[in-house]
Amino acid sequence: MKSICLYFQVHQPLRLRRYRFFDIGNDHYYYDDFTNESIMRKIADECYLPANQILLDLIKANKKKFKVSFSITGVALDQFEQYAPDVIESFKALVNTGCVELLAETYSHSLATVKNKNEFTNQVKAHSLRIYELFGKKPKVFRNTELIYSDEIGKIVSNMGYKAMLTEGAKHILGWKSPNYLYCNSLNPKLKLLMRNYTLSDDITFRFSSSGWKEWPLTTEKFANWINQFDEKEDVVNIFMDYETFGEHQKKESGIFEFLKNLPKAILSHDNFKFATPSEAIKEYQPIAIAHVPNAISWADEERDLSAWLGNDMQDEAFNKLYELREDVVTLNNQQLLKDWNYLQSSDHFYYMCTKFFSDGDLHSYFNPYNSPYDAFINYMNVLSDFQIRINELKTEVKPVENHQTELDKKDEIIARFKTEISHLKKQFQQA
Amino acid sequence: MKVLMFGWEFPPHISGGLGTACYGLTRGLSKIDDLDIVFVVPKTYGDEDESKMQLVGANSIHINQIQKHVENFKLRHTYLEIESALIPYHDPDEYYSFRNSDLFGQNKLFKVNQEGKLDFSGKYGANLIDEIYKYAYVASTVSMENDHDVIHAHDWLCYPAGIAAKEVSGKPLVIHVHATDFDRSGGSVNPKVYEIEKMGMDAADKIIAVSNLTRNIVIEKYGQDPAKVETVYNAVEPVSSEEKKAIKKGVKEKVVTFLGRITMQKGPEYFIEAAYRVLKRTNDVRFVMAGSGDMLEKMVDRAAQLGIADRFHFTGFLKGDDVFKMFALSDLYVMPSVSEPFGISPLEAMQSNVPVIISKQSGVSEILTHAIKVDYWDIDALADAIYGIIKYNSLSDIFKEKGKEEVDNLKWTNAAIHTHRVYTNAIQLNKNLQKVML
Repeated sequence: MKSICLYFQVHQPLRLRRYRFFDIGNDHYYYDDFTNESIMRKIADECYLPANQILLDLIKANKKKFKVSFSITGVALDQFEQYAPDVIESFKALVNTGCVELLAETYSHSLATVKNKNEFTNQVKAHSLRIYELFGKKPKVFRNTELIYSDEIGKIVSNMGYKAMLTEGAKHILGWKSPNYLYCNSLNPKLKLLMRNYTLSDDITFRFSSSGWKEWPLTTEKFANWINQFDEKEDVVNIFMDYETFGEHQKKESGIFEFLKNLPKAILSHDNFKFATPSEAIKEYQPIAIAHVPNAISWADEERDLSAWLGNDMQDEAFNKLYELREDVVTLNNQQLLKDWNYLQSSDHFYYMCTKFFSDGDLHSYFNPYNSPYDAFINYMNVLSDFQIRINELKTEVKPVENHQTELDKKDEIIARFKTEISHLKKQFQQA
Repeated sequence: MKVLMFGWEFPPHISGGLGTACYGLTRGLSKIDDLDIVFVVPKTYGDEDESKMQLVGANSIHINQIQKHVENFKLRHTYLEIESALIPYHDPDEYYSFRNSDLFGQNKLFKVNQEGKLDFSGKYGANLIDEIYKYAYVASTVSMENDHDVIHAHDWLCYPAGIAAKEVSGKPLVIHVHATDFDRSGGSVNPKVYEIEKMGMDAADKIIAVSNLTRNIVIEKYGQDPAKVETVYNAVEPVSSEEKKAIKKGVKEKVVTFLGRITMQKGPEYFIEAAYRVLKRTNDVRFVMAGSGDMLEKMVDRAAQLGIADRFHFTGFLKGDDVFKMFALSDLYVMPSVSEPFGISPLEAMQSNVPVIISKQSGVSEILTHAIKVDYWDIDALADAIYGIIKYNSLSDIFKEKGKEEVDNLKWTNAAIHTHRVYTNAIQLNKNLQKVML
């Protein structure tokens, strides 16, 4: 029996407004509300809501044989709450079917994993908590920002108690080996790895509507047949992609929604195929080998490494200057500061500063608010300078009133957390 | 006396110091009795200040007939069409947006629009040479329609226009050298621009240079007769008090500003290197590089490389009010130009009570005493001077006070009187010449 593991990534960057030098020290609001709201609303209407509806219908129609998994970043959730609460409701409906697994990741879609272990674990915890509060589920499988993975990262994740992790089936890691098996971490073999089959995934994400492609148009039958051609011993086919593929990367007119609607039927028409969530897959199968990944990989660009976010002088400067502030931010423990701190870590900011965009220009320019990487860098550094000033101000004059406020906020937060926990427990109790 | 003046830009539509200088000079000249100016620019927008003169946009001139001598001019000057990528002085924003379209560069035949007028963009850009050519073409028509005693052409972009006008009216030509290609290119002169410049200087009856520095270049590099070249320093328009609104400074640290086109000529890299040295000593300072240009990206990269990007800010191109805002926020203004024929911006800074550091390689250093002068390449001296001014308040106070006093005494009226003298001279010379010819 071969399992098809469908996983969708849901993320929307929180875009910074045009923050000029003159604003530094005068204005502490960094976000472009108008753009964020209009983009969020547009994508909600063109992608999230219609796609969620299709998935819900499919799960019902296939009597729970159709399964998918999601990870939704905290930044996206925050924006849903503010601009498109109906999206959260539709995700709740999906999760309640029991056929949808939610995965853990970093709260702000950050790159903390390559910089600071404590920050990384804190963010993962914060994200899991958020998921639990909203959906009543605790994620068991971890998915890092942009599928970033290395042996070292795997070890940290495994120590945090996760059983499995998703990553890229990068050619330079697997070589002749097939991504359609489970692998395991080289430092801690208990952590299982699901490797993305990038050929099949990208056939949908990138090539679906390109009429120059020799396989165009892509039908569900053709797609299922490709899977059928794999060796029968191959266990699990991992199709991982941005959820925005449906309706955004591939527009409605390309027929992508019809493809999605008909995919389960085409897959399930083969007796030896079934759908599985990552948790089910790792229970059912055993890893076939150790994956050695000494240097971090990701699912981005041709290089499948971190060079989209880090590496040029600007990215490194911004990244280092940001994390230099961590200690102060943590010590000050100011709510407003922590919120901005979270959002400023978003990998998107560094992505906009990428100068190697000639090969993958399409995706890099996708909703990019800046004219050039230099522009992105200048704007980000201006914001960061203001953030720095705020930290220094708070450091020198911690007002006692503010301290009380922080205390009260914290207490409120704990109360709210317990409240949701109680309500979840009540529900479970009633169901039992 | 009637003056027919050719310029390339006019406030508020300016991209450099040229427009500001033209405006100041014409305002100064308007105070002289019995002197009328017709100022011609490639394009008028309608919101220019026309109180002091008559402003004519070349885009509003009817081209009724093609005169024989214009045809000749056209024949002789076809070499004006050069590759756009070589053009040294342009509005960078405009340049970037047009870089990828050949829309303008290929327009070799002029299209007269429905009203029989030529369209002008009035900007520095890919089609610059085309514009210069068109402008010269129109200039001859203008000179026929407007009675005048002397022709005054500002900078190389307008030399062909000045020459064309002179060929029509036979009146004396005064050309005003605000910069030469030696300044803009740092020595690697574009031969075609040089040719236009030299052609203008050769055709001129009198040459006005904005500083002795420029005067020397004109004499030495362009082989002009020293007697023909006169230095007339620029000045600065006094700022009215209402323009100086209170601006809230958001940062506590001292602000050191570079403001200008970010091109090789302005020496932005020396500013960054000096900033790096200062930041090693003190954290109580922020640097701002305001402006835009072909070296901007390189400078952003360099700031990131040096790891000072959280203390070194970029603003992009600043217009109108934002320039004053920037001065109001600044504690020190630095102009490390590699070669600056004059440099009005330090004067504007001093007006706003900002001490200035200027390079010895600038024309303005010839007239200023209350400014720190360093060699542009001497990063250590520059860093030292910056540190001194931001650290020792007594020093900066003296520069503020004395500098303001000094700059308030520089008046466009003086420059105008001097210019008027040059006109009279040129007219006299021209008359003598005609007598000899007769």
